[in-house]
Amino acid sequence: MKMQSDLGRVRGLGSAKSGSSHWWTQRVTAMANLPLGIWFIISILAGHTADYDAVQAWLSSYFHSTMMILLIISVAVHFTHGLQVVIEDYVHNRKAEVISLMLIKAVAAFLSVAAVVSVLRIVFAGA
Amino acid sequence: MVEFNLPANSVVKEGKSFSAPADAKNTRSFKIYRFDPDSGDNPRTDTYDIDLDKCGPMVLDALIKIKNEIDATLTFRRSCREGICGSCAMNIDGRNTLACLKPIDDIKGEVKIYPLPHMPVVKDLVPDLSQPYAQLASIEPWLKADSPAPPDGERLQSREERAQLDGLWECILCFSCSTACPSYWWNSDRYLGPAVLLQAYRWLADSRDEYTGERLDALEDPFRLYRCHTIMNCTNTCPKGLNPALAITEIKKMIAERRA
Repeated sequence: MKMQSDLGRVRGLGSAKSGSSHWWTQRVTAMANLPLGIWFIISILAGHTADYDAVQAWLSSYFHSTMMILLIISVAVHFTHGLQVVIEDYVHNRKAEVISLMLIKAVAAFLSVAAVVSVLRIVFAGA
Repeated sequence: MVEFNLPANSVVKEGKSFSAPADAKNTRSFKIYRFDPDSGDNPRTDTYDIDLDKCGPMVLDALIKIKNEIDATLTFRRSCREGICGSCAMNIDGRNTLACLKPIDDIKGEVKIYPLPHMPVVKDLVPDLSQPYAQLASIEPWLKADSPAPPDGERLQSREERAQLDGLWECILCFSCSTACPSYWWNSDRYLGPAVLLQAYRWLADSRDEYTGERLDALEDPFRLYRCHTIMNCTNTCPKGLNPALAITEIKKMIAERRA
């Protein structure tokens, strides 16, 4: 039985005094995804990803490999931030919440690093 | 997880029907949620057919007519009957609003009336609002200043400073907005909700208040403030035509502004 006052319960453990950087990063990566995404779609439509040789020739440019790695990082950060909010919203079992938060971060970290390594391998394979 | 299954005894069942007098020409059905926690029964919806020619124009008039003439057990809150006390906030025709400001003519067909969503029900249309009231108290909704007030009068504001409070002071704390917000439904234990955040901004926007930094400190929290995902139900439903979503965005902007 809980006899704590409503005000005591609502004040709880107090303010985390954080959350604004999460919110801001999500907006900044959303804005970054827009030009990066447009660049990526145009590149696919232009046939730069037709086969391995075409990809290698395309990614060997400083500009395009930089854009590709930026896209990977920005999408991975935006994805983790967004999914974190969804999990915090809906998963109310604290244990399940912490585990799924760590899981999505681990998956995103692995996939994004693997993607960056792949880009570097393609870029330096021709060197 | 979110509960997709309803707890035991919470499925709403079909209740009693009360037909209009035989000589009534202009009738309308009111389907009203009924729940008495003391009885142990499931909630039910009772249907009352009303003679609109012998009833005032607003939904609250119909509720009062039902309570006076048909079924004295129907329980609801009401006081001022002119949209300034916030007591008669309820879900009418699928939208949270004030029964006293909602014309019956605005609704097509059967008038469905439920209590404010996702709150514990005390009885029938009366929700338990202790939690949002405690949340309001937690943001300390009063003027806080260290500078003493002028000895000969009140603290002054320019016209421009006073204008900053327009769209904020009009809130009557009916909690139609908070109880319309899905984020508040899922996380009302930690998220403050649009009504309380609009009140928080009312004090942040007040030129006489000197505790803006402390107020922002208390709000900067992933749950208290940042559970707002700009769903906009609050602004859509506000019976006073206010914009809580904008007030919340202003708080987020203030916090962003003080960062490096």
